[in-house]
Amino acid sequence: MTRMPENSSQPLLAVQYLSKFFGRQLGCHDISFAVSPGEVIGVVGESGSGKSTLLNCIAGRVKPSNGSVFFHSSAGMIDLCRCDEALMRKIIRTQTGYVTQNAAQGLKMHISAGGNIGEKLMAGGMRHYGQIRKMALAWLERVEIDPDRIDDLPATFSGGMQQRLQIAANLVNAPKIMLMDEPTSGLDVSVQARLIDVLRKLVSGLNLSMVLVTHDLAVARLLCHRLYVMKQGEMVESGLSDQILDDPRQPYTQLLVSSVLKP
Amino acid sequence: MPLSYNFAYLDEQSKKMIRRSILKAIAIPGFQVPFGGREMPLPYGWGTGGIQLTAAIIGPDDRLKVIDQGSDDTVNAISIKAFFKKTAGIAITEETKEATIIQTRHRIPETPLQKGQIMVFQVPIPEPLQFIEPKKSQTVKMHGFEEYGSMHVKLYEDIAKFGRIATAFDYPVQVHQRYIMSPSPIPKYDNPKLHRSPAVHLFGAGREKRIYAVPPYTDVVSLDFEDYPFELEKWDGACAVCGSTDSFLDEIITDDTGTRVFICSDTEYCKKNTGNPAP
Repeated sequence: MTRMPENSSQPLLAVQYLSKFFGRQLGCHDISFAVSPGEVIGVVGESGSGKSTLLNCIAGRVKPSNGSVFFHSSAGMIDLCRCDEALMRKIIRTQTGYVTQNAAQGLKMHISAGGNIGEKLMAGGMRHYGQIRKMALAWLERVEIDPDRIDDLPATFSGGMQQRLQIAANLVNAPKIMLMDEPTSGLDVSVQARLIDVLRKLVSGLNLSMVLVTHDLAVARLLCHRLYVMKQGEMVESGLSDQILDDPRQPYTQLLVSSVLKP
Repeated sequence: MPLSYNFAYLDEQSKKMIRRSILKAIAIPGFQVPFGGREMPLPYGWGTGGIQLTAAIIGPDDRLKVIDQGSDDTVNAISIKAFFKKTAGIAITEETKEATIIQTRHRIPETPLQKGQIMVFQVPIPEPLQFIEPKKSQTVKMHGFEEYGSMHVKLYEDIAKFGRIATAFDYPVQVHQRYIMSPSPIPKYDNPKLHRSPAVHLFGAGREKRIYAVPPYTDVVSLDFEDYPFELEKWDGACAVCGSTDSFLDEIITDDTGTRVFICSDTEYCKKNTGNPAP
């Protein structure tokens, strides 16, 4: 685990009493937490515990039934669930990145790697092809993809490369926070290790905040400063990563931690 | 009593509905207005959108010109002219200057348009953002919030692949500094003709049931990059029939040994240049 960053007085993101119901089905219930600038938060729990629903609510992809998501912008703390939709979309577009488990959802598969990275730059108003190209090449290098592949379609990339490309495409416009939904699932262990390595470098270099949803406790231990444990839509335990993983208090967390296979 | 159609085929209620959508489209330049598209006696893809617009705005005193690929005498142009001759009994012309309404597929005439003329375009794909975002629910929001940056991704892909912006038709434009519009399916050669044009330009998509418009004297700017500006097509030769070097040329293969010639796509313009004005 990397060192905890110095806490500034105001959090970057504050989730308050967030709930989401799908009809009678509970997505997540009464969730509150805050993320400081540069802090990496992990949300762990088994499948169906509401992790992804929570992340989608924060990312504005799902409208929460109740509660607030405050984001620290230049105009102060803004509640993304209640502000003007145009403003919400602008904040989400310019200040956040969203990495999905399945790269095909996060990337445009019929557009070249360079085009995928350049999209956010062009969305931000950059109109100089040469500059866009240069930044795309630099980002490919940063996520350890051969720059020669810049004009290839993501479909020709391996799973791990697609995931790294997705991360580059989300980081290129320097967002303040990355929302990641199981970025390492479905990758084999050595590829996972490389992805985590890339992520750790980027996070410490860019003072980037992150909300990482995962069911992989090893990934959580390596990347996250603090962990939140979810069960059936509720937050059951929270604390520093090492504290949660080495000394879990709740029976459910104990079960979760002890169920990890040890080689 | 012999079986007869209402004037210009469509019933008056439908025409009124279409005219209302046209007015809205003119009020918001480049904005796609949904309308209740009617069944027309020709298949989608043959100009059902354009023909509905023409039917809604045409009056007994109008002179109609119909062109298809720039030509006055291809099947589609002839059929649509025959249709309106039969159902509205209006005058048909091939003279761009004479026409009050010009229905077109693919081209804007080379002869400059005048105040009072109406261009009617037959549009296959009205949504310029479709390439980037296939979800209609999203493209509506992107238009609404003016989130247009990703439109350049299409042009980026062109330069990355071909070293230049290779999009030759359906080249996206921004209308009145606001809406991104597809001037489909005209060649980009015709894009500058839309800019500050004295004529009214109406676009109708029959299958997609959308109407949009460029009012007279409106800014229409083709998208480009600072280091790859918008360029027009150029041809090495001149028209083999009239010798024109300032019109849009079609390349035609004339035999099976690969001989090819360039000729004007606009047949009326070509005829005029050779001294044989249209009949």
